[in-house]
Amino acid sequence: MNHLSAAVDWLLDAQTWTGPGQLGARATEHLGYTAVAVLIAAVIALPAGLAIGHTGRGRAAAVLSSGAVRALPTLGLLTLAALAAGVGLVAPLIALVVLAVPSILAGAYAGVESVDRATVDAARAQGMNAWQVLWRVEVPLGLPIVIGGLRLAVLQVTATATLAAYVGAGGLGRPLFLGLRTYDYPMMLGASLVVILLAILLDACFEVVQRLLSYAPGLARTGRLREAR
Amino acid sequence: MANAGHILGLTGAHLQLSLPAIAAAFLLSLPLARLANRLRPARALILGGTGLLYAVPSLPLFIVLPVLIGTGVRDTLNVIVALTLFGLALMVRSAADALDAVDEDTRLAATALGHSSRGRFWTVELPLAGPALLAGLRVVSVSTISLVSVSAVLGVQSLGSLFTDGFQRGIVAAVAAGIAMTVLLALLLDLLLVLLGRLLMPWSRR
Repeated sequence: MNHLSAAVDWLLDAQTWTGPGQLGARATEHLGYTAVAVLIAAVIALPAGLAIGHTGRGRAAAVLSSGAVRALPTLGLLTLAALAAGVGLVAPLIALVVLAVPSILAGAYAGVESVDRATVDAARAQGMNAWQVLWRVEVPLGLPIVIGGLRLAVLQVTATATLAAYVGAGGLGRPLFLGLRTYDYPMMLGASLVVILLAILLDACFEVVQRLLSYAPGLARTGRLREAR
Repeated sequence: MANAGHILGLTGAHLQLSLPAIAAAFLLSLPLARLANRLRPARALILGGTGLLYAVPSLPLFIVLPVLIGTGVRDTLNVIVALTLFGLALMVRSAADALDAVDEDTRLAATALGHSSRGRFWTVELPLAGPALLAGLRVVSVSTISLVSVSAVLGVQSLGSLFTDGFQRGIVAAVAAGIAMTVLLALLLDLLLVLLGRLLMPWSRR
């Protein structure tokens, strides 16, 4: 428990947090990586996932890709990208996007598919065209699952962004690896606690959003898309 | 080809870390899931706790865990316990759902036939929940195999060592081989679980 109190001391020290390259800046970097990676992945995966869910085409490929990425070791992906793209920010971002795409894709098509076929048929019978069916019926009804996919992606990317420091990027992994290399256990423990806290906090935000959405009229009350990291 | 022995050794180390964790997660998830289904107050605690665990990133847990259980960061046991916790985060929920999905009428019929609560669990509920449990176990197995490699950055030997060594020495082939072997191992274990499921649950074959 000595290490723990030393880690807490380290965390409570103002010097740990302020100034460039310190914990405050690292946390901002970490959140920045996560946001950029999830955003890029969402731009790719959301339209594709909605299209797959709506048309039913390409579903087998989507299922296969999300299964394959689950088996893919994140550290291997990261180091491979780093060897290909060089040390810096590009490699981790590529790896993070590759990790985030399948979860978002799966959430998007599962969300659209979860909508009762009778409801979709009824919407068509009312004279809605394909766009209207997608935007007014399938997306609103499937929204909790679509957001569940985003939630899972954020979770995976936050966790893997810690490893980005291993290939020369910043983020909260920096102090963690610095502590690891210099046998500074309080520093690496303190940094780990911050990462864990950040991940749980982000996940809790999604929980709140999903709860709030379940009160909105016309939205289904289903929750979280669960899959492996 | 000269590296084949090295890679094989690392594969063995990889299995030594992942197999106990997968087995422990599966075995521990059953009593936890049963408890969660039988006692409503326990349900919120168990499912909430594993849900929270699910959000914890792997590398930080490898580092925080030694403070809680008194192991060293590079100990095999530390890695196995951490992987077991991640396995539980996935498995407890699917086990609880699987056991909960057993038809209530079937349960009542079993009780009417004179099964005790424990006997009913082993002879009726567990076999009926089997296929869903297997589905959960397959997810745990694949994710554990891929998660083990993260521990390589701490200096623990596994197929992940191919990533750290390959990265530091700039050998793309080593990293690629590590990825290929990890995916292959995950697929093989998955296949083994499916076969085991067919063997143990011949009734579930369609």
